[in-house]
Amino acid sequence: MRRRCFAARDVAGSARRTQPPVGHRARGNVPDVRIVVCVKHVPDIQSDRALGESGYVVRDGGDGTLNELDENALEAALTLAEAAGGEVVALTVGPDDAVDAVRKGLQMGADEAVHVLDDAIAGSDVVGTARVLAAAITHLGTETPVDLVVTGMAGLDGLTSLLPTALAALLDVPALPLAAEVSVEGGTVRVRRNLDHATEVLEAPLPALVSVTDQANEPRYPNFKGIMAARKKPVTTLSLGDLGLSPADVGAAGARTAVVEAAARPARENRVLINDQGDAGTQLAAYLVENKLA
Amino acid sequence: MTDSLVLLDHTADGTLRAPVRELVTLARGLGGAIHGVWAADGAEPDAETLADLGALGVSRVHRLTADADLHLSAVLAEALASLLDATGAGALLVTSTFENKEVAARLAVLTGAGVVTDADGLVVEDGRLVASKTVFAGTWNTRCAITTPLAVVTFKANSVAVSPAESGGVPDVVDHAVAASAAARRVSLVERTERPASGRPDLGSAHVVVAGGRGTEGDFTLVEELADVLGGAVGATRVATDEGWIGHDAQIGQTGVTISPRLYIGVGVSGAVHHRGGMQASGTIVAINSDPDAPIFEIADFGIVGDLNEVLPQLTAALRAQQG
Repeated sequence: MRRRCFAARDVAGSARRTQPPVGHRARGNVPDVRIVVCVKHVPDIQSDRALGESGYVVRDGGDGTLNELDENALEAALTLAEAAGGEVVALTVGPDDAVDAVRKGLQMGADEAVHVLDDAIAGSDVVGTARVLAAAITHLGTETPVDLVVTGMAGLDGLTSLLPTALAALLDVPALPLAAEVSVEGGTVRVRRNLDHATEVLEAPLPALVSVTDQANEPRYPNFKGIMAARKKPVTTLSLGDLGLSPADVGAAGARTAVVEAAARPARENRVLINDQGDAGTQLAAYLVENKLA
Repeated sequence: MTDSLVLLDHTADGTLRAPVRELVTLARGLGGAIHGVWAADGAEPDAETLADLGALGVSRVHRLTADADLHLSAVLAEALASLLDATGAGALLVTSTFENKEVAARLAVLTGAGVVTDADGLVVEDGRLVASKTVFAGTWNTRCAITTPLAVVTFKANSVAVSPAESGGVPDVVDHAVAASAAARRVSLVERTERPASGRPDLGSAHVVVAGGRGTEGDFTLVEELADVLGGAVGATRVATDEGWIGHDAQIGQTGVTISPRLYIGVGVSGAVHHRGGMQASGTIVAINSDPDAPIFEIADFGIVGDLNEVLPQLTAALRAQQG
């Protein structure tokens, strides 16, 4: 497989040295395919989620969990790595609790984990977060080349779906988002994706970035052996300084949008709940007509 | 006053996608010139379409061509960046499709634009653009200021009522040709199949949606009949699509289609959190379910605890009688 390091473009706004392609694979412990999976710790969607005064998501409710859609990303990465004889690194950015997201990844079978932790990251917008991830992946790539980055299709907190494409653009690698099927063969990644109005098959040479949907697979549950093994796996914590990023590039300082107003939506009023006594269909028809909905 | 670009999403035969007309209506609120952008991917806008756009307030249509496939989001993003530069527009308005969000993300990196996704409104306030949107599955309303000179905003369908401009004319059409970068060409589009039109409105932008869940036990006949009498689209829960009762493109939810129609009717839908995330922002929510404890009743404006096989035929017949 043709190997190339990730070399991020415009990480932190500055051009970085482009790594030349590395055409050999004769190095000692280099795995056949090295995959980085980006995962996120989010408030549980079953919990009462809220925005704080600053307009940021309240993340200290203790109801945090691994973004469910990232389990599909981990599953896809683990399946690909198992088939090709590779290695999976779980990567997250976030406050202290966020380490739980990569730990879950280790329990599912990832080989190592990286947690980028820095107070200055709070308040980052999507591009700010993508900058941190891009810098971390580039950092990982300087040790051992990274072939593929896998993400979930969206974070269940913000649901913007912007991160995967922004990250690929910063890393200057092809993006193949929303894969319902993904395969890697001979240095080429291929995905099938279902869009709003069409189905597409995309292909690109590695290194590349793929985001996978919840249709892509059925994520495995960590078993007892996996949970025990995860305790011995390394979790590396990195700061912005370790990644050569300045606080001005991320966090609220680097954000391009600001929440100026946020309020819980008022409860619906004048609600009607009836038990069907044989005329509920007629009553509903009258309600729809009265409210000009039919 | 902000000049804007509006991406004119269209079908393979050149029909405008319905929500685009809302975008033009919204763009008028920014007070500047409105440029339409037509990605020339084989289909062309006909005279009727151009007249319609003109009546809504579009003064010029830029016909984008590229030396690579404009269906590739990296290619389209580069072309739009070039056009934003050429026109000096301060805002790009696009519909909230997955592809357009990819374009928005790439433009954020290419141009430094501030991006808001799934907005339902956009206004100029104190010289800056402020977008409104609901978050957390429709349970919170927020307003976001875009603090960069360039804003890229994706809009949910059914955000605003379409209205004509006070004065309009037929827009002129100018070509804008771009060369895609080597980076944008690294992805190849091996295959693209547009889903055929179903004869019903598009789920994502329909004014009325009737959704079937587990309670239908796989029979969507009554759901379809009700949708047709209301002129609505048919949707489904994850359970129904996973069971193969209906195609995956009908799935409403956080990972499927997000909808905010004027009227949503859930039939045998329990209202799992993933489904609610995709429909909770609907105008009026109606639920019909035999289980009084179904969570969907917590958010329903009109709930019926009953057997859908009794309620739906009666409802459909009553609506038909009403329509005469």
